[in-house]
Amino acid sequence: MSAYNVTRMTWRAPVLALGLCVAGTVAAMAQQGGDARPGALATLVTWMPFILEGFVLNLVMSILAMAIATVTGVILGFMQISPIQVIRLPAKLVTHLFRNSPWLVILFAIMFLIPFQVPMPGGGTVMIPDWVKATIGFALPVMANISEILRGAVASIPSGQWESAESLAFTRFQTLRYIILPQCIRRMMPPWMNWYALLTLMTPMAAILGVNEALGNTQAAMEAAGARPELLVPFYLFLMTIFFVFIYPISIYTRRLERRFAAGS
Amino acid sequence: MTVSQGWTPDQPIVALKNVHKSFGNFEVLKGIDLTVMKGEVVCIIGASGSGKSTLIRTINGLTPVNEGSVQVEGQEVHDGNLDKLALRRKVGIVFQQYNLFPHRTVLQNIMMAPLLVLRENKAEVEARARALLAKVQLHEKENAYPAELSGGQQQRVAIARSLCMRPDVMLFDEVTAALDPETVGEVLLTIKQLAADGMTCILVTHEMGFAREISDRVYFTDAGRICETGPPNVLFDNPQDPRTKEFLSKVL
Repeated sequence: MSAYNVTRMTWRAPVLALGLCVAGTVAAMAQQGGDARPGALATLVTWMPFILEGFVLNLVMSILAMAIATVTGVILGFMQISPIQVIRLPAKLVTHLFRNSPWLVILFAIMFLIPFQVPMPGGGTVMIPDWVKATIGFALPVMANISEILRGAVASIPSGQWESAESLAFTRFQTLRYIILPQCIRRMMPPWMNWYALLTLMTPMAAILGVNEALGNTQAAMEAAGARPELLVPFYLFLMTIFFVFIYPISIYTRRLERRFAAGS
Repeated sequence: MTVSQGWTPDQPIVALKNVHKSFGNFEVLKGIDLTVMKGEVVCIIGASGSGKSTLIRTINGLTPVNEGSVQVEGQEVHDGNLDKLALRRKVGIVFQQYNLFPHRTVLQNIMMAPLLVLRENKAEVEARARALLAKVQLHEKENAYPAELSGGQQQRVAIARSLCMRPDVMLFDEVTAALDPETVGEVLLTIKQLAADGMTCILVTHEMGFAREISDRVYFTDAGRICETGPPNVLFDNPQDPRTKEFLSKVL
């Protein structure tokens, strides 16, 4: 029953957004009057493949950044719960540094810290494209947050679980591996998905650094089509719509998982 | 504190000597002496906050002591070089809150430690786990998850889980305190059967009737000290220490 409602909501909202987009375009065209130039909607249709091509890069950056952030964040999270201080303290420092810095500042810092070219052992050089640097820049704050999610999830497991594992002669590693972590994964899934959605929404920031992703391409397309003011509303609405259509189902699914876990515990 | 290698069953299986334990400035245990022989059933009674749970947890090394000696089968528990695996194979513990692993089924809960820690043969462990489940009368629940069981059933699984490590001594830390009254009986029955089989049992309990029925010896603790000890009929019917008298007059 509730699953049915959620499914219906999942598809109703993007359709609504698309409708808004069309209505906006129509409104923009109405302002245009009897001009000889192609209408705003026709211009948008012409440039859609170019914008969608840029969007593919947003998706690639978001998936890659999430993969990097998950692997490094989990490692960092484990270091944060280590009983050994020399492991724990640096992990805490890195986690708090990247959790509490503005994303754009991290992005700029990465852009200028990572060299444009990297010399290879063989003698040649490898160019590092801007979108790769941007991906690393997006991964860092998410990594820090995943590190905290892991630490928090481990801390939320009742101490009785550790005690009974210890009494059954499990080592610390075995306790984490077989008892604590399997219980954490359930709790970590909703926030993890939430961070993926946020990360994807942040990827257009790469446009500032000259990466040819969806926002950069949208702006370039409007420029190429004569930078007419009536293009602004339909082009940006289209851009918002593609992000919305991609992200909204994820956030609905996240909420559903959260509710299911809340009911299960 | 020397480790006597040649422990023989005629010596105490568990021996505490002058055990002190503090949490911060608060001294919970103020010099505890306690000995348990193999096959004995010993109950520790006393008011809440008298240090009973801390006492029982020093026996398997869950709570480190500040001073004194705790020996299990002649081996010093609070020794830096202690082989914890060896100790915990000998001493099983069951907690007030059951602490079953919620992501594993009943059968898996029981089999995990023998398989992963002792690395025993799976078929053997499984046969043993099933036999233990039958013993605690939960054979039909082997594929259930802990959340699907009542408190009393979970506690019986916890007992079976501990027994599957084949311990020589079982510790029970207020195992019926969190249970609904109607399920207390089934857990006590399980412990009674275990005691009848000759298992050495040390229980911290508030069930005075049960303590009287099952114990070979009862210890009464107050404010971190053992005030009085003796066979249940003597301690319950003819207590000598005024604190024991006062406590018993309140609870009986």
